Amino acid sequence: MREVVERKLVRGYPKLFLRLPISLVPCSGCQHGVVFRLLCEVIEELDIEGRTVGVFGASCGNVASVLVQVDWIGGPHGRPVDIATAIKRVSWGEAIAFTYQGDGDSLAIGIESTIHAAARGERITVIMVNNGNYGTTGGQMAPTTLIGQKTTTSPRGRDVKQEGYPFYGAEYMAVMKGVSYSARGALNNPGNCERTKKYIKRAFQKQIDDIGFSYVEILSACPPDWHLSPLECQKRIENEVIPAFPLGEFKNVDQLE
Amino acid sequence: MTERLFVIGNEAIGWGALMADCDAFFGYPITPQNEVAEWFSREFPERGKVFFQATSETSAVNLVYGAAAYGVRVMTSTSGPGWSLMQETMSHLANAELPAVIVLVQRGGPGMGTTRHSQMDYFTATRCGGHGGYKNIVLCPDSVQETHDLMQLAFYLADKYRNPVVVLTDALIGMTMETLEVKKAEFGPLPEKDWVVRGRARDKDEKIHIVNSSQGLFPWPYPNYLTFLAHLDEKYKEMTNTEVRYEAHRVEDAELILVAYGYVAGVCREALDMARSQGLKVGMVRPITAWPFPNQIIKEKERQGVDFLVVEDSMGLLVDDVIASVEGQSEIHLLNMFARHSPAEMGLIFPERVFEEIRRLL
Repeated sequence: MREVVERKLVRGYPKLFLRLPISLVPCSGCQHGVVFRLLCEVIEELDIEGRTVGVFGASCGNVASVLVQVDWIGGPHGRPVDIATAIKRVSWGEAIAFTYQGDGDSLAIGIESTIHAAARGERITVIMVNNGNYGTTGGQMAPTTLIGQKTTTSPRGRDVKQEGYPFYGAEYMAVMKGVSYSARGALNNPGNCERTKKYIKRAFQKQIDDIGFSYVEILSACPPDWHLSPLECQKRIENEVIPAFPLGEFKNVDQLE
Repeated sequence: MTERLFVIGNEAIGWGALMADCDAFFGYPITPQNEVAEWFSREFPERGKVFFQATSETSAVNLVYGAAAYGVRVMTSTSGPGWSLMQETMSHLANAELPAVIVLVQRGGPGMGTTRHSQMDYFTATRCGGHGGYKNIVLCPDSVQETHDLMQLAFYLADKYRNPVVVLTDALIGMTMETLEVKKAEFGPLPEKDWVVRGRARDKDEKIHIVNSSQGLFPWPYPNYLTFLAHLDEKYKEMTNTEVRYEAHRVEDAELILVAYGYVAGVCREALDMARSQGLKVGMVRPITAWPFPNQIIKEKERQGVDFLVVEDSMGLLVDDVIASVEGQSEIHLLNMFARHSPAEMGLIFPERVFEEIRRLL
């Protein structure tokens, strides 16, 4: 694998990040904006912005298509992986196709597409932002909602007998033979941000090197739906979410079996 | 290139797509259209084109969405339950203004229904099967040759209007083997696809291209949602005004006009010949575009005092379009699937049965 060159932007914005007079990430403390920034930095550093196509379905992260200055396709909820697969195939591998999805988009409605693309070793990259609930629709239960967590559709807290266990995306992808890279990162402190950026970069590098399907899950805060302040959200991520969803690389191979 | 082949209707779909320079096919197995995907899996890879078997019809039509956004000519084909699964993305294709061809080889419904012929998906094909009231052109071939010809027209119209086009056939046309003349058709120039999403480097000014189906979030390039809808409305009106196609057969002196499409049109043509040989003045109007529907010719004939006999292999769907076309002066009769020769799934409406009905009415 190519050596990852660390480059710190200590001030200012990445070139690919669109500067607007107002914030398009509507909730204070939401971490989609951080992911956008990391994406911009990675795409710039890998020098692939000219041939990168992003795909989004339905999630709060859809504003990435305005802020991250690459070509984008927006389609049905849960189907970005199919769209990215088609882009990769009809471009005969020339395009760099990635999806930007939420946990519901990737693991609930879109799980069929995600699993099969992973099994086939589709040369695409999935960036999945996991905030433990459906943020866009007002905080309903998601496949990633923690046991005991209250949401608007699990008002008594997620009960294993009723609602079952959470879905562990990054671990699940790691067992698929077609997957070259699977990792889970968080953004709750500068160290985790740096590590998450490294994961995103490695995932894209796998696609550039034409090795299988790459998947990065990123734990993110949702202050309005968690009913916590931005700071309390970061504490919750550290004390409750990371223990349930461990961070790290679950798979990183240079060639498929 | 002109080549004469002896093939079934489902294979003619492939030959037509090949003549239209289709670049990619995505599909999922479902009877009675399996020969379509099998044809593409055989013929496309060796020609340097993309064939890919999806894991469901939902997946197949979204692969179509992606390939269409990339700017290549792309299609899928399906039947019955698979068609239902595709409706969500049909709506997204219409919203995002992506050109694609979807072939619907009709089988018996509702539910799993049967894997044999029927004409029971007329409404979902012509009335916007998905959400949001979009519109799409529907082309209805009645033979193997016409399947091949209309496939090429479908790709042209999809690109002309940046809109999905449905080719509506049925299991009987799909399984019928006939002589096919494989020939490239010319339709004239098309607008350049300057909107395709292929990465910024493909744009001469490195401008960003976005294809999107959510105007609530970004109405771009329109100032707002209603302006966008007005643009779609204008496009649909233009289709209605310019793309109506039909075949009018011996309608000049007719007192009764048969209205039928697809395989039933072939049945009616034979019944018409029987009737004419006995001096009965019968004609036929066969919609080639089920949407936009040829209501002008129906209206015109109604004013001349003609009555209509709609023959269709469903419980009665096409008949609604005929009723909507008239002003209430003429009688409209329906001969539907209950006129089949057998109650089992392979039952057919025979020409003799149609002829009997004509005699009863005249």
